[in-house]
Amino acid sequence: MTEQKTEAAYKTDALIAEDIDAYLETHQHKTMLRFITCGSVDDGKSTLIGRLLYDSKMIFEDQLEALSNDSKTVGTQGQEIDFALLVDGLAAEREQGITIDVAYRFFNTEKRKFIVADCPGHEQYTRNMVTGASTADLAVILVDARKGVLVQTRRHSYLCHLIGIRNIVLAVNKMDLVGYDQSTFDQIVADYAAFAQDIGIESFTAMPISGFKGDNITSAPSANTPWYDGPSLVEHLESVEVLSDEAAAKPFRMPVQWVNRPNLDFRGFSGLIATGSVKPGDAVRVLPSGKTSTVKSIVTFDGELDEAVAGQSVTITLNDEIDCSRGDVLCVADDPPETADQFEATLVWLNDEDMHVGRSYWLKIGTQTVSATVQQPKYRIDVNTMDELAAKTLSLNDIGVAEVYSDKPLVFEPYADNRTLGGFILVDKITNATVAAGMLNFSLRRSQNVHWQATDITREHHAQMKNQTPRVLWFTGLSGSGKSTIANEVEKKLALMNRHTFLLDGDNVRHGLNKDLGFTEADRIENIRRIGEVAKLMTDAGLIVLTAFISPFRAERQMVRDMMGEAEFIEIFVDTPLEVAEERDVKGLYKKAREGKLKNFTGIDSPYEPPENPEITVNTVEMTPAEAASYIIDQILPLK
Amino acid sequence: MTASLTHIQRLEAEAIHIMREVVAEAEKPVMLYSVGKDSAVMLHLAKKAFYPSPPPFPLLHVDTTWKFRDMYELRERSAREAGMELLVYQNPEAAERGINPFDHGPLHTDMWKTEGLKQALDKYGFDAAFGGARRDEEKSRAKERVFSFRTASHGWDPKNQRPELWNLYNARKKKGESIRVFPISNWTELDVWQYIQLENIEIVPLYFAAPRPTFEWEGGLFMADDIDRLEDVLGEVPEITTRSVRFRTLGCFPLTGAVESEAATLSEVIQETLLTTTSERQGRVIDKDAGGAGMEKKKQEGYF
Repeated sequence: MTEQKTEAAYKTDALIAEDIDAYLETHQHKTMLRFITCGSVDDGKSTLIGRLLYDSKMIFEDQLEALSNDSKTVGTQGQEIDFALLVDGLAAEREQGITIDVAYRFFNTEKRKFIVADCPGHEQYTRNMVTGASTADLAVILVDARKGVLVQTRRHSYLCHLIGIRNIVLAVNKMDLVGYDQSTFDQIVADYAAFAQDIGIESFTAMPISGFKGDNITSAPSANTPWYDGPSLVEHLESVEVLSDEAAAKPFRMPVQWVNRPNLDFRGFSGLIATGSVKPGDAVRVLPSGKTSTVKSIVTFDGELDEAVAGQSVTITLNDEIDCSRGDVLCVADDPPETADQFEATLVWLNDEDMHVGRSYWLKIGTQTVSATVQQPKYRIDVNTMDELAAKTLSLNDIGVAEVYSDKPLVFEPYADNRTLGGFILVDKITNATVAAGMLNFSLRRSQNVHWQATDITREHHAQMKNQTPRVLWFTGLSGSGKSTIANEVEKKLALMNRHTFLLDGDNVRHGLNKDLGFTEADRIENIRRIGEVAKLMTDAGLIVLTAFISPFRAERQMVRDMMGEAEFIEIFVDTPLEVAEERDVKGLYKKAREGKLKNFTGIDSPYEPPENPEITVNTVEMTPAEAASYIIDQILPLK
Repeated sequence: MTASLTHIQRLEAEAIHIMREVVAEAEKPVMLYSVGKDSAVMLHLAKKAFYPSPPPFPLLHVDTTWKFRDMYELRERSAREAGMELLVYQNPEAAERGINPFDHGPLHTDMWKTEGLKQALDKYGFDAAFGGARRDEEKSRAKERVFSFRTASHGWDPKNQRPELWNLYNARKKKGESIRVFPISNWTELDVWQYIQLENIEIVPLYFAAPRPTFEWEGGLFMADDIDRLEDVLGEVPEITTRSVRFRTLGCFPLTGAVESEAATLSEVIQETLLTTTSERQGRVIDKDAGGAGMEKKKQEGYF
C-alpha cells in the first residue's frame, strides 16, 4: 500500500487541525461538481473512484480494514487492495465482480465538493448508466491502455453525449501496464477523436493515468509521464465550468410544484427555478394559460429575497390573483417557452417490456404529467455503430427517435436548451414502472411559436351573457341518414327558445374552410379536426353548436370530445341502416359510389364506425325528422 | 447575485424540491423522525420547504423504548415548535416479550425497528415516508434511489430499482405499495454538520462531549443512561466510570457506542469528525451482522 500513497492528497488536513473555522469557511463556499465514470468492463472505473476517495481521505480505517480482508477473499488484485470492492456495494455485485447499479460516492478537494456516480459498464445495465448520467456535469470515460477504444467506449460516449454531458474526459487508464508509453496514448486519443467527431462530441480532454498506481490523478505530470503537459484529473475536475452556471444566464422558468396556501391572505407558488433569475417587480407569465402578472415577493424561511436564481427552491407570490397550479410554468413574460402537443423525441427504452406504439403512457416533464402516445419509431440507433436502423418498436436499452403526442399541450423547450423542460420519463399506467427516458427535440406543429393570449372576457362571460350553457350537438351517421335535416329542425326549436345557436353543415364547410380537403382517410381526419376546433371556438363564444358530418371514425369523434369541456360534447347517433340510406339516396351519391365513380364513400368502400355509447340515439326508420328533433330537445333540456 | 450556488445551497434546494414533489404526488406522506442529527436537519428542511405553511405531514417516531432520555425530551419539543403532529409507535409484541438489546441482539433491531416501522406504516396507511438516510453512510445506501420503491410487504429489490433520471421522480404505485424517500441522499456527514452550524439547528446534547456515566460491555464503550433498566436486563450493575464522551450517531443507548472526546462545541465536533479515522456507523452494531451485506439484507426485509 505504502508505495501507492501519492503526494499528501489535498493538503487540507493541516488546516482542519489548526483552524477548523477557517477550514469550514472555505468548505462552505465550495461549488459542487457531479460526474460519472464509465467505460468498458474492467477498465478500472471502480478502482479509479476508490483511488479518488482514498487520496482525499474519504476512506476510514475501519473501511480500509474491511477492504483489506475482502480483497484477500473476493478481490481481483491478489494481495493488493482491491478498491473496486469499496464501490460495488450490493451482494450480487461482489459475488459476480461486476457493477450492476449506479453507486454514488462523495469527496472534497480544496476547491470543490464532488459527487461521483460509478456507472455499470454492461450493456444490460444501460438504464442504470443513463440514470447516473442524467444528473452529471461531466463524464470520465475510461479506456484500458492495453485495449484501446472498444465498443463499450463508443456506446458510453454516445450515451453521455445524448444525455447532454458536454464535459468529456478521456482517461487512458492502466498506463503502468503499457510502460507509460506515449505513442500508445497518442494512438488511443487519435482513435477516439475520430469517433467523437462522428457522433458530435465537439471537444474532450484526454489524459494518461493509472488509477491503481495514482499517476496524474492529483498532480501532473507524474514522474512516469514527463511527456504529458495537461492537468491532473483532479485539477481538471476542480476547474471545469459546470452546467448550472449556464442555466442562470437563460430566461426565467420555474415549473410550479405546489401551491402554498397557509391562509386566505397568502398564495405562493413553490418550485425549483430551472433557468434564469427573478426579482420582485418582474413581469411574469403563467403557461399554458398565458396570463401575466408581476412578482410581488420571493418568500423563503430565511426572509424575502431580492433575487433568486436557477437552482434555488423558492416560493413566489404575484400581484394579481391569477390561476396557477401544479404543472404550470412561471416564466419571464416577454420570452416564454413554447407550448405544443406533438413532438419529435429521442427515447431510451428502460423496461423489459417493449414499447407499444399508440399505447397511452403517463408522461412526466418537470411538474407536468399528461397522457401521451408514442408513434412507430422513425429509426433506432445501433449504439455500437451509430447506424440508424428501421424499427417497429423499442426494446430494453434501445435508443430511438419517434414522434410523441400528448393529450394536453405541454410547456416545453428542446432538451438541448433546457433539461428541465425538455427531459421526460414515460410511466406504464398499469405497472407504474418507469419505462423510458426521453428528450424532446422539437415540436411538430407549425403553431409552435403561437402562445395563448389570455383574454379578459372569458368563455364563462360569453355564456352568461347568452344565459345558456354552451354545447356541441354532434350528429353522426351515414350519408343520407338525415343528419342535416334533423339538425336543422333542432336548431329551429332552439331558436324559438331564444337560444343562440350555430349549425355547421358538412357540405357547407367543404365549400369554404375545408375546400382544400379530399376524401382520403387522412383528409377526413383533418376535416373533423378543423370542425372540432371551430366548434370549440364557438362554444368559447357561448354558442350551442350543431354539427352534421358523417364523421365515420370513433377515434376522431373521441378527439373532438376530448377538446371540449366535460359534458359539453353530446354525441347524437342518427341511426339509419345502410339499405335505407342507400334507398333514399337524396343526392344520388350511393349510385355513383356503386358505379365506382366516387371513391372512399362511407358505407360502400370506406367503413362507418357507429358510436359505442352515444348520449342520444335517434332511429330514423321509426321517427320522422320532426319527431327526432323533439326527442333530442327533450333529452338535452334537463341538462341545462 | 452572480456567484454560483455553493454545494450546500444546491443540496438544500434539491432536498426541498424532493419534499415538495412528495407532498404534491403522494396521498399520505409522513416523515420518519429518530431525533438524531439527520432527523434534525430533515425537520429543518421540511420547515423551509413549506414555509409559511407548517410541513403538511406528521412526524413518526418508531420507538424502541431504549433511546436516550435527552432524545425523548427534544423529540416532544421539536415537533411542537414545528407545529407538526408527532406520532410515536412502539411494537406491542416487542414490548410484551421484553425485547432488549442485551439479551436479544439482532432481534432487538428486527422487532422494534424493522417490524415496528412496518406495523406503523400499515396502521396509519402512509404511502410515502421520508427518511434521513445518506448515500455516504453505507455501501448499499450508496446504490439506493432517492424515491425507493417498496412492495406491499415493504421489501426492497436492489437489483430491480426504477430508473431515476434528472430530478424527475416517479411516485406512482399501487394501493398497499409505498415509497421511502431520501431527500438528503447526496449529503455527506460533513455537509450535515456544516448545515447544522450554518442554520443553527438544535441537536441532542449527546453529540457534544461532556462527563457522562459510562460502562464497558463486550468491547465497546456505552453510556449508562438508565441504570435501573440496565440492572434489570444485565442482572448486575455494570461498573460505571465517568468519562468525557460524545456520540457520533444516536440509536438505542445500549447499541450506540460512545467515543471518548473533548469536543464540546460544534466546531470541535466537526474538527474531530474530519480528523477521525473511522467511519460514522462504526459505533453501530447493526452493520456488522451478516458479513458485508448486513444493511442490504435488513433493507430487503423492510428496515429503513
